Amino acid sequence: MIRFDRVTKIYPRSGGSAALRDVTLHIAKGEFAFLTGPSGAGKSTILKLLYMEERPTSGEVRISGYNSADISPRDISKLRRRLGIVFQDFRLLEDRTAEGNVAFALEVTGVPRPLIPGKVARALTAVGLASKATAYPRELSGGEQQRVAFARALVNDPFVLIADEPTGNLDERATRGIFQLLRDINASGTAVLMATHNLDLVRSSDYRCIEMNHGEVVYDSADAKRKAG
Amino acid sequence: MLSLRSAFRAFSRAPLLSLLSVTTIAFSLFAFGLFGLVALNIRNALRTVEERVEIRAFLADKTPVEQIAAASDDIAKFPEVEHVDVVTQEQALARAKRELGEFKDVFESEFLPASLDVKLKPGFRDPNTVRRIADRLRALEFVDDVRYGDEWITQLYRLRNIAGVAGGVLGLAFAAVAIIIIGATIRMAVLARAKEIAIMRLVGATDWFIRRPFLIEGSIKGIVGGTLALILSYVAMRALQQYLHLETAFFDQRMAMLGVASGALMGLGGSAVSVGRHLRKV
Repeated sequence: MIRFDRVTKIYPRSGGSAALRDVTLHIAKGEFAFLTGPSGAGKSTILKLLYMEERPTSGEVRISGYNSADISPRDISKLRRRLGIVFQDFRLLEDRTAEGNVAFALEVTGVPRPLIPGKVARALTAVGLASKATAYPRELSGGEQQRVAFARALVNDPFVLIADEPTGNLDERATRGIFQLLRDINASGTAVLMATHNLDLVRSSDYRCIEMNHGEVVYDSADAKRKAG
Repeated sequence: MLSLRSAFRAFSRAPLLSLLSVTTIAFSLFAFGLFGLVALNIRNALRTVEERVEIRAFLADKTPVEQIAAASDDIAKFPEVEHVDVVTQEQALARAKRELGEFKDVFESEFLPASLDVKLKPGFRDPNTVRRIADRLRALEFVDDVRYGDEWITQLYRLRNIAGVAGGVLGLAFAAVAIIIIGATIRMAVLARAKEIAIMRLVGATDWFIRRPFLIEGSIKGIVGGTLALILSYVAMRALQQYLHLETAFFDQRMAMLGVASGALMGLGGSAVSVGRHLRKV
């Protein structure tokens, strides 16, 4: 479903040093995978290549039938409607309520108006925030704001959820809550790719772990299991 | 519909910024409009002067009346000629007395020659045409002399050309300044909504969808700014008329609409450039 084939990425103003070096990866449908490693290891670059914010310098990224080598701007929009993307800093609109923020993702992608309220209510219920639908982001805790971001990411029924340090700004309790939410999302069939610094979280589960350093994959628990098996 | 709502929401959400951009557009178009008014009035003034361009062919003494009438008819048929007046010796005397009142005692007898006064059609009053027609008249056997103010026609046309070129250059400069200012104000609006744009792209809105409300917003600002500029120009012109007692012309309906439309076009162009640049960058 997601395939990185010998991908190298060099940012234009990086002085020639590669953010990713010859990375080959495969993530299966419905899989849950952690992406770990120190800052600058290339985790965010992997995610950006997935939602085609960046293109590889060499090699190719294939995701759900789209190929980074020949994808058009229009197809990038189409692809993103089928992805759910969440960041450390939530990225909510301050002048919209929780439901307004979730509805926004539907409004700007041309979903018919009458369908929007139902979809929004379902997404907010799924993240456990149905009772705070009319609250503004400033009235919500960090964990709740991140749940709104998850509801927005889920409202279009994505086949993969891409989360870049989603618990980076949250305390221990909220982190546990979000992680449980991610498990639930995965259990319902959505693949999850989560970049994180939180090794406790990684160790507490037996999901696949891909560790990066200096733009290379240095450890992949899937490979380790295969070799052991 | 959503774009239109979104464009109007942009006004209500950032009223100060919107006010600032509309005012800036209004003032840059106002400067443009003032210059346009000056150019319009110079052109009108020149046209009035140009209407006085006339070729006067003085006739030899004792030219038979029939011959003069026939020649007058012939000349009136030239495609460049608007009309021909036959001025007899008596009429010439009367005119001289009228025009030079204080010397009227000097004029006693019919010493002024009769003439054919030829008026040219608009568009044929340039030095070359005037000279060509004058030469044709001079070739007639009963014409003694031809006068047409060679010097001042050339001067007038030189002045008109300079005014035209200066008008074009300054007008373009003002328009360029207006477009740059509009672009900058829309850029501020774009930056104020950078987060919203980033989220739109992330959830899969197309570039065209993102662009549309800004283009509508820019056009509305252009139309409002253009209308304000028109009102300001009118007020300024009335003030000039009142205090300087100048007879001045204002833009006609077509030109006024063209002005507002060009405001809208500037707004649209400025927005397109600003949003395009922003979308390419993020």
